[in-house]
Amino acid sequence: MNDNRTIALVAGVLALLSVATAVGQFLKRHPDRGLDPAAIRTFNNRLRGWWILCTVLAAAFWLGTTATVVLFGLVSFWALREFITLTPTRKGDHRALFWVFFLFTPLHYVLVGLNRYDVFSVFLPVYATLFVLARVAFAGDYKRFLERTAKIQAGLVVCVYCLSFAPALLQIPIPGAADADRSGNFRLLFFLILLVQFADCMQYVWSRMLGQRLVAPAVSSNRTWEGLLGSATSTALLAAVLWWAAPPFQLWQATLAGLVVAVMGFAGGMTMSAIKRDRGVKDYGTLVVGHGGVLDRIDSMCFAAPVFYHITLLITGVKPG
Amino acid sequence: MSTAAIEDAVMLSPADIIEKQPAPPKASGRSPLCRAAGLGLAGLARLLAGASIRWIASQPDTCQRVYFANHTSHLDAIMVWSSLPQSVRELTRPVAAKDYWSRGIVRRWLAEKVFDAILIDRTDIKVHQSPVDMMIREAGTTHSLIVFPEGGRSVSGEIGEFKSGLYYLAKKRPDIELIPVHIDNLNRVLPRGEFLPVPLLSCISFGPPLWLERGEAKLDFLARARRAVLSLKE
Repeated sequence: MNDNRTIALVAGVLALLSVATAVGQFLKRHPDRGLDPAAIRTFNNRLRGWWILCTVLAAAFWLGTTATVVLFGLVSFWALREFITLTPTRKGDHRALFWVFFLFTPLHYVLVGLNRYDVFSVFLPVYATLFVLARVAFAGDYKRFLERTAKIQAGLVVCVYCLSFAPALLQIPIPGAADADRSGNFRLLFFLILLVQFADCMQYVWSRMLGQRLVAPAVSSNRTWEGLLGSATSTALLAAVLWWAAPPFQLWQATLAGLVVAVMGFAGGMTMSAIKRDRGVKDYGTLVVGHGGVLDRIDSMCFAAPVFYHITLLITGVKPG
Repeated sequence: MSTAAIEDAVMLSPADIIEKQPAPPKASGRSPLCRAAGLGLAGLARLLAGASIRWIASQPDTCQRVYFANHTSHLDAIMVWSSLPQSVRELTRPVAAKDYWSRGIVRRWLAEKVFDAILIDRTDIKVHQSPVDMMIREAGTTHSLIVFPEGGRSVSGEIGEFKSGLYYLAKKRPDIELIPVHIDNLNRVLPRGEFLPVPLLSCISFGPPLWLERGEAKLDFLARARRAVLSLKE
């Protein structure tokens, strides 16, 4: 991974984070600037989160494709844990859940690691779904059957299936990229993560600055149409500026990818908000206190990853697997 | 907690109760291997049940205590025990049902050697050898206990009425702090009748200590203790 573009990307990210950290610390030490102290605290917490994210990602990338797939597998596992903890299940779901956690989730990531697109693209949406339906039926509890199986399936699709498209980016053979260590693929994955994080952040900033019209006040009290528009525009701009880092894209393609990632990320955030609202946010907060909600952090990623993956396939025209 | 209850506690010193006991409590019941197994198991249990541990208006301490919790799963005793800091855990003995924990070699080894559990025979309770007397004798002057006053696991997940054992325990040893413990979501990790766990996230909450007030009626005390556990739910 010693090519110039990777070095430029890493240096750029480090510089940006360092500057932001310096600003954050300065604002913390000088609270008399008329800025909201809570906003500064949020900003600093976010920054700490990004430092951790970048460190973990750098370690995984350095270790290689397998380590990165395993990392995403663990994140999926934890997110699914939070998802199922938060949705009520009945005792009749217990054995189905056991296999979902200990067979389907790990096996899916093994298939991703083995680059078996033909199998992993149908394994969870088809086979795991059929299994869950049948296993819950065999358990003999028919109360709210469709509702219960739908919950397990939604958890699997969002937390495991969709997220796994992010590490699957590492397996796409990029035309023209002859580098054996796949640094182009790692850059592509990092490009996606960067765009998702940036879109999240911009959504917050634009909503606070110009936010007037809430998309769905009952679901989320801070997601506005202005935030969506602003985040889509800013993210598309960032993608255009960074288009050189994502190997298979032309300038316009990178811009389009940025736009789509921002919109999908927004949709992911709204969806998770709706689920949390339905369950009562308080409930969720007490159960995962101190664990810092993995699902909260990856909701946008889960929605953006599969679309970004398929855009990449369409643009490069390569066959996966 | 009123000062009257503290005076009560001083007056009814446990010393005379302890003196009557012929066998002194074991200084350290666990061999190095069993301690290592205990440490590993505590770690595994916490990882598997994703437990977040909260001390609400309460602190971990090595003083003699009785932790009383709601009971929904076979994992309850292990989880409460695992949630304690190691120094406290070494001195804490779960009180468990003999009919479950003495079945099979592994379970018996775990109960006797690793958790150093006090096994109560639920089927054969004698008048002169009540479970409460046994608990007090086994606790001695150093050990803390983990008890489940409902007497069995609730099926619905609701907290049932408390049995009177906790009251007699508090009456005979008024010096011991009673710590309410609420266990959340563990019944979904390992429900009644299942043997394979699902790794959901659970939450163990420890509350502030309570004591038996002077002249407090049995039912009032048990209701208050139950409310103390329930109040930790949110």
